[in-house]
Formats: sequence, C-alpha cells, structure tokens
Amino acid sequence: MIEIKSLSRKWKNFALKNLNLTIKAGEYFVILGPTGSGKTLILELLAGFHSPDSGKILINGKDVTAFPPEKRGLAFVYQNYSLFPHMTVEKNIKFGMRMQKVKQTSDKIRGLTDYLKITSLLNRYPLTLSGGEQQRVALARALATDPQILMLDEPLSALDPRTQESAREMLLTLHKKTKLTVLHITHDQTEARIMADRIAVIMDGRLVQVGSPKEVFEQPLDSEVAVFVGFENVIECKVVLAEAGILSLEAEGFFLEAPGSAKIGETVYAWLRPENIVLSKSFKKNNSSARNFLKGRVVGLQELGALVRVKVDCGFSLNVLLTRQSAVEMNLAPEIPVFAQFKASAVQVLR
Amino acid sequence: MLILFLFITLTLANLILGQLLLDFPGLVAAMRNKAVLASISLSLYAGLLATLFAFLLGVPTGYILARHEFPGKHLVESIIDVPVVIPHTVAGIALLTVFGSRGLIGAPLKGYIQFRDALPGIVIAMLFVSLPFLTNSAREGFKSVDPRLENAARSLGAPLWKAFFLVTLPLSARHLLVGAVMTWARAISEFGAVVIIAYYPMIGPTLIYDRFLSYGLSASRPIAVLLILITLSIFLLIRIFSASWSIYDRD
Repeated sequence: MIEIKSLSRKWKNFALKNLNLTIKAGEYFVILGPTGSGKTLILELLAGFHSPDSGKILINGKDVTAFPPEKRGLAFVYQNYSLFPHMTVEKNIKFGMRMQKVKQTSDKIRGLTDYLKITSLLNRYPLTLSGGEQQRVALARALATDPQILMLDEPLSALDPRTQESAREMLLTLHKKTKLTVLHITHDQTEARIMADRIAVIMDGRLVQVGSPKEVFEQPLDSEVAVFVGFENVIECKVVLAEAGILSLEAEGFFLEAPGSAKIGETVYAWLRPENIVLSKSFKKNNSSARNFLKGRVVGLQELGALVRVKVDCGFSLNVLLTRQSAVEMNLAPEIPVFAQFKASAVQVLR
Repeated sequence: MLILFLFITLTLANLILGQLLLDFPGLVAAMRNKAVLASISLSLYAGLLATLFAFLLGVPTGYILARHEFPGKHLVESIIDVPVVIPHTVAGIALLTVFGSRGLIGAPLKGYIQFRDALPGIVIAMLFVSLPFLTNSAREGFKSVDPRLENAARSLGAPLWKAFFLVTLPLSARHLLVGAVMTWARAISEFGAVVIIAYYPMIGPTLIYDRFLSYGLSASRPIAVLLILITLSIFLLIRIFSASWSIYDRD
C-alpha cells in the first residue's frame, strides 16, 4: 500500500500541489494526465529520485520520505526502459539481484525469462533489441528482485500499436498472476480505461479526480476532466425543474433531462460524449429510450478513418461520432436537417 | 582545410625529417645523452602525476557540473576554463606567489614539501594548465549518460556510489580516457608555467629551451625531435588501443 500525504514539490517552473492519494495493495492503479501534468514527477518522488518540499510518503505503513531510492523496495520501469547498454540482457536482469543480494538461482531467472519470452536474448545487448523486447527485459530486471510495488512510467507509449496491444495483455496477466501493486502512468485514456482498477486524474500538478474507470469516464467531476476524457460537447443550460434527482434543463429553446441536483434558475453545463448521441433524419419519439431530442442541421463532416465526426448546429454546436457506414447510408452532407437524440443518463451535469 | 593541414604537417615533418635525414647521428647522440633522457622521462612522469591529480579533482567536479544545477554554476564553469586563456608565464608567476617558499600555501608547507625548483612545482604547474581538459571532458562524458540509467540502478538497490561505478563510469569511460590523454598531452607540452616555478630539474621543453639559448638550433633540435617522436608514438598507441574500445560490447 502506498499512502501519499499532502505531497508538494516545485520543479523548475512546475509545481505539484498538496497531493493526497492512497493506492491499495494489489491494485492496478493508473495515474492519468496530459503530457506535462506532473505524472512522472509523482513517480520520481515516490521512487526517491527527488525529495518533496513538504508532505509524506508511506509504503506499507512505513514513512519512507527520507529514504534513498535503494532503500524503498520499489521497482521502477522508465518509459525508455533505461537498460544498461554496456551489459548483456542477463547482466541487466541480475543487476538488481546483485545489489539487493537476492539469491540468483538459475531456476528463478529461467522462470522469469521464459514467462516474458526473453530467454533466447540473454546474451544480447539491449541496443540490439526491439522496443517490445527491451520492455520485457526491463520488466524482468524489475521483477527479479521480488518487489511488492511496480511503477511503470508510460510503459506502452514507446511501442508500435500492435506491440502495444500484446504488452497490455502481458501486463494485465502479470498483475493477475503476481498480485503486485502496480502504479502505471499514462496520458492515454484508452489505456487507462482498459487497464485500471482505479484511476487518478492529474492536471497541472493537481489531483482532480480519483475513481473507477467508469466513474472517471462517465461522471467526470469537473470540466477539465470532462474535456480530457473525451466529453466534446458542452451545453449551457438553465435549470427549470429539479425533482427526484432528475433535472429539467432549458437551452436555446430545447428541453433536456439529465440526472443531477441543482437549484431552479441556476446555470449549469450539460456535458456529452460525441459517441453517445444518435442522429436520425426523421423524428420518432416512441421507438427509443432516449429522453432528449434536439433538432438541428449538419454544418460539417470530418473524416476520422473508420469514424466520421459530424458537426451539428442546434443553436449551439454538437459533435457526433458515427461510423462512416452510417454517415454514408444517411446521406449526410452540410445543410441537411437532422435530429439528435441521447439518453438522460449520458449527460453529465457540472456547474 | 588543406592549408591548415599543410601548415601543421609541413612544420613538423620538416623538423622531424630534416633531423632524420640530415643529422641522424645527432638524434642517436641525443638518445644516448643521460641529461636528455632524464628530462624527457621527467616530462612524461610529471605529466602522468599531474594527470592523476587532475583525474582525482576533475572527475568529481565534472560529475557535479553535469548532474546538478546551482547558483553560480556558469561562473564556476568559466573559472575552470581560465587556465586555458591566460598566458602560461602569468600562470607560472601566479603559482609561484602561492606555492613559493613565502607563498600562501608554500610557506606553511615549508619544511614538508618544496615546490620551487622541484618535482612538486612541476606537477603543480602542469596540473594548473591542464585541469580544464579533464574536467570539461569528464563533464561532457557524464552529461552523455542518461541520468535515468542511474535512477534505474538506484531503484534496483544500488547506492549512489555503486550506481556511479557500475553504470555512469563505464558508460563515460571513453570521454574520461580522451580527457586524460588530452590532459597528459597538455602537461607534457607545458613550458611557460613550469619554467617559472621550476627551471630545475629540467623537463624536456626546458632542456630544449636551455640548449637553444646556450648552443643554438643544432643542439636543441635533436632533443625536440626525440620528444615529439616519443610522445607521438605513445598517443598513437593509446589511439589504436581505445579505437576498439566501444561501450556496447564490453562489461
């Protein structure tokens, strides 16, 4: 278990402010944030490469704030893997065991390298390996010392998309198998969503939200998180009715329903993911569970490979994601009138 | 570039070949002369000592400069480069005022160690003028090693000194070797600073100067050629040895 208590640190012209966070034992915990938000600094503070200006770090209940990195018992894998270029794969893997005087049984190393499929690489030098191989060697090196906590700094971002997928699988099965506490840092939402038990969202040195992937991606707690996790639409609304946890909202003459609580007359913002909106050319209210209907016209189409982002003007602008197939079948083009519908539960109301 | 190349090679080749072809017996005589051999070996030996001290002082300094930011860092870096810029006779005079028998450091050490006209003086002079070479190349060497490698080593359980000796040092060995060779070369070729603090015992360049003043060109040239041949062959050997010294196929 890692407990971070009111941790602050200034670094160049960047500051980590009063971070409080608890990572439970055995958890796959992802710290998600845009590039430059201070994620790596958090890991480096935990690992002891920097010391905090104030605050405490507890690992398994023990205050390690003043401990040097070698005394913390955390395994750390950098984004670029940081393998020692002058040592063979085997010597790299044995380095930590040598330093921590862990018994170097050949069975153990064999088990680890077989599992990570790097046994055939033992005599190679790191710079001759592919990115995926380097990553597995770095993992082997980190795991060889039997750590309880594994910290991964953007472990997938240096890999090509195909290797990324298998590396993701590998990390998840590894986590299941070893019951390690994993602390994984990324700027990639999909990665966080797929892999995490819990996610902490960090923005500009501040912790803005902690929760399950479902909570973070469906109920962001503030507008910054909403934008970051892909809520592309925001509609400014007036609350006209608030009853039993459901709000009736008014925007540009349309009435919307959404879960939430607010005072009547208050101005709130309804946030919506573009993939949660359905477009149709005719208006049939009864054959859908959607509670919200808007009328507008297409103003633009943006090709995104298999998907198309359709911009709709309803008095306010809406982004809608459709498959290319749907867009073609519906004959969507600028100036065509359309109806947009979405469920009340797809709306996240924020002040 | 051609002009530059010709300028250097012509000057040296003329000196060396002229000696070899026109006055080979003179060179042999110089090789057999005890005073000549003593002065050249003193040059090499004192240069080696100076390099050793430069290594002990320059490596830690280079490491600090490569890894840490602190106020006044630029000033420190500029000061380290000063010995390269000032005239070496000036450096010699400055050293004499500090290490001479009435100097700041020379006076309290009087009775234990003598700098003036002695080996320590030669070494000190050589050290002063050559220190920047080692410090700067050590700094560049350490800078070229990703600090994350050190961090990785430390999180794997290595204390700072082990991370330094097992990771940073081997990865910057090439820079350090080149720096040490440059330092030694600079030390051997030093004349101005040495001659002021220690005319005796004579190092190679001093002897050459002395012979030139007393007996003229024909007496000093064989020694000069001998010194060049010896040092050039040593550097050539180091070059050949270190060329195969790549960081990636070695532990």
